[in-house]
Amino acid sequence: MFGLFRDLLRDYRFAVVFALLCIILSLVILSAFSPYHPQRMYQTPRSRPPSWEHPLGTNWLGQDVFWQLTFAIRNSLTIAIVASVVSRIIAVVVGMSAGYKGGIIDRVLMCMGDTTMVLPFLVVLILISTILREWVRYLVNLGLLLAFFSWAWDARVIRSQVLSLREREFTFTSIFSGMSTLKLILKQYLPYLLPVVLATLINNMSWAIGMEITLAYLGLGIDPTVPTLGTMLQTAIYRQALFWGLWWWFFTPIVASVLLFVVLYWLSLSVSEYLDPRVRIQRIGIRNEKK
Amino acid sequence: MAFVKTYLIPRLIHYFLVLFLGLTAVFVLPRLMPLDPVEEQIAQYQTFGAYIPPEQLEQIINTLRELYGLKGTLLQQYTGFWRRLFTGDFGPSLAQYPTPVSELIASHLPWTIGLLSLTTVFSWIIAVLVGGIAGYYRGRWAEILDDIVMLIRPIPYYIMAIICLIFFGYIIPLFPLGGGMGIGREFSFNLETIRNILLHGTLPALTLIIVGVAWQFQSMKLIVQSVRAEDYVRYAEATGVKKRIIAFRYIIRNAMLPMVTQLGLQFGFIFSGALITEMVFTYPGVGLLLYNAVVKADYNLIMGILVFSVVAVATSILFLDLLYPLVDPRIRYK
Repeated sequence: MFGLFRDLLRDYRFAVVFALLCIILSLVILSAFSPYHPQRMYQTPRSRPPSWEHPLGTNWLGQDVFWQLTFAIRNSLTIAIVASVVSRIIAVVVGMSAGYKGGIIDRVLMCMGDTTMVLPFLVVLILISTILREWVRYLVNLGLLLAFFSWAWDARVIRSQVLSLREREFTFTSIFSGMSTLKLILKQYLPYLLPVVLATLINNMSWAIGMEITLAYLGLGIDPTVPTLGTMLQTAIYRQALFWGLWWWFFTPIVASVLLFVVLYWLSLSVSEYLDPRVRIQRIGIRNEKK
Repeated sequence: MAFVKTYLIPRLIHYFLVLFLGLTAVFVLPRLMPLDPVEEQIAQYQTFGAYIPPEQLEQIINTLRELYGLKGTLLQQYTGFWRRLFTGDFGPSLAQYPTPVSELIASHLPWTIGLLSLTTVFSWIIAVLVGGIAGYYRGRWAEILDDIVMLIRPIPYYIMAIICLIFFGYIIPLFPLGGGMGIGREFSFNLETIRNILLHGTLPALTLIIVGVAWQFQSMKLIVQSVRAEDYVRYAEATGVKKRIIAFRYIIRNAMLPMVTQLGLQFGFIFSGALITEMVFTYPGVGLLLYNAVVKADYNLIMGILVFSVVAVATSILFLDLLYPLVDPRIRYK
């Protein structure tokens, strides 16, 4: 375990990303110790620039921007984790049953998946979040809605992997030695599928955070008084933060979300590079050449 | 003739099936919305302080339903929908009654098509050339370029647009903050107007090109790296063909093919793809029109735009499939 970690840290990208990730996670933990309530207004003097007392200043609504940011990152990550974990579960279940059972089940499931992929996605998402306006105001519900739109492609990938696993020798050995289907899938197939699931999980998280920000801009999604990266940015825009000169209010969510996206993207790159042995060997080879 | 029977006809059947399903979805989706356009209209009258007695209200509701084409059962509305599709008449817009939907779309479409076709083509060409050269030559500068792209690529489009707008519109006011051309300007063909339109279009175009290049650069680079290992490239190198000729004639040309597919798909999504761009920059295109239609529950307008979008996506995929052998001589229809 430690050796694997040391291997990963050798990549300078992973080292940078890991340090940033630690900072982000410590912000999430800090949110539990916030002296202020996330949604109440006028708890501090209004519109103060950054100072020792308020490291990122305070906004027009009398909220401390730094503590708001800790809540925002926590809530955005909650949405992202709900969306990506649920969609991965759907993808694995659908992909496995379509691939393993085949036939009519396969055709129906894949047809459903293709339909969600073909429709103009953003428009449909806007329509649905208008229809379910009250329902998507909560973090978990928005995560579930986003999960519904992001399983189709990965289900297809998992299906194709299961299709090839099904024809392998060990499948027949397991079946003839009397292993139940459920056990076969969990014990034999799942370990093969975990790399794909893990790599897409991180990408999906960053997609979900981006979608939340976009929906908040359109005035849909989360209850605007609950701080997330999207609602924080949207409130700053709506209250004309730059016009009043409150740049610390406006740039905090932007810088934080850009950092978060870059961290997630590089993390997924390092992980998928590490999981793909061909790339790893190539890298080790290059390193040896340089020596 | 075998081509027609084994390839063209099944492909066309598939095309019409997709169109039928997609257009049916277009009919159903807006009808699931919680806002009733008739009630919206009446609420609008009442906010202006008009008192309407109950019996008159009933009458107004009936007339509005008839006007808006919302009368009768769902089945009757559905057959009416197809009849209107074939005559090309999408009815009047509900929110901006009585302007016809087709007129609204026609006045907004040139903006969207102008902006998006230019940016799509430009970012594609830049990505193919830069990605191809960086993938073939490799070097210190290619690595730096790669790192820059790795920083830009994960940023979602909306954040990118806001950052560009703040930097080039607000902090360094090079470009106007929004709109298609200056307020109160009439459309005419003189130098001043064209300059004005270009000035307003530059910033939205810039954001689209940055994001588009960052997305396609990496896939182009990966494809080039796999083409680079092909035998014919080694042969060309061994016979001493100039590097520049290998890069452009042998590698980029062959690596371009998968990118052509991407280009075609992007053209299909032009209709719904620009929604965020047009909202951030208040650019008067179809995306902005669509968003306003959704907010105001303007069924007819939503349907009109979505019909255009579905037909455009399906048709561009069809053309792509049919034109592919022209671009890639390795593919032949059997």
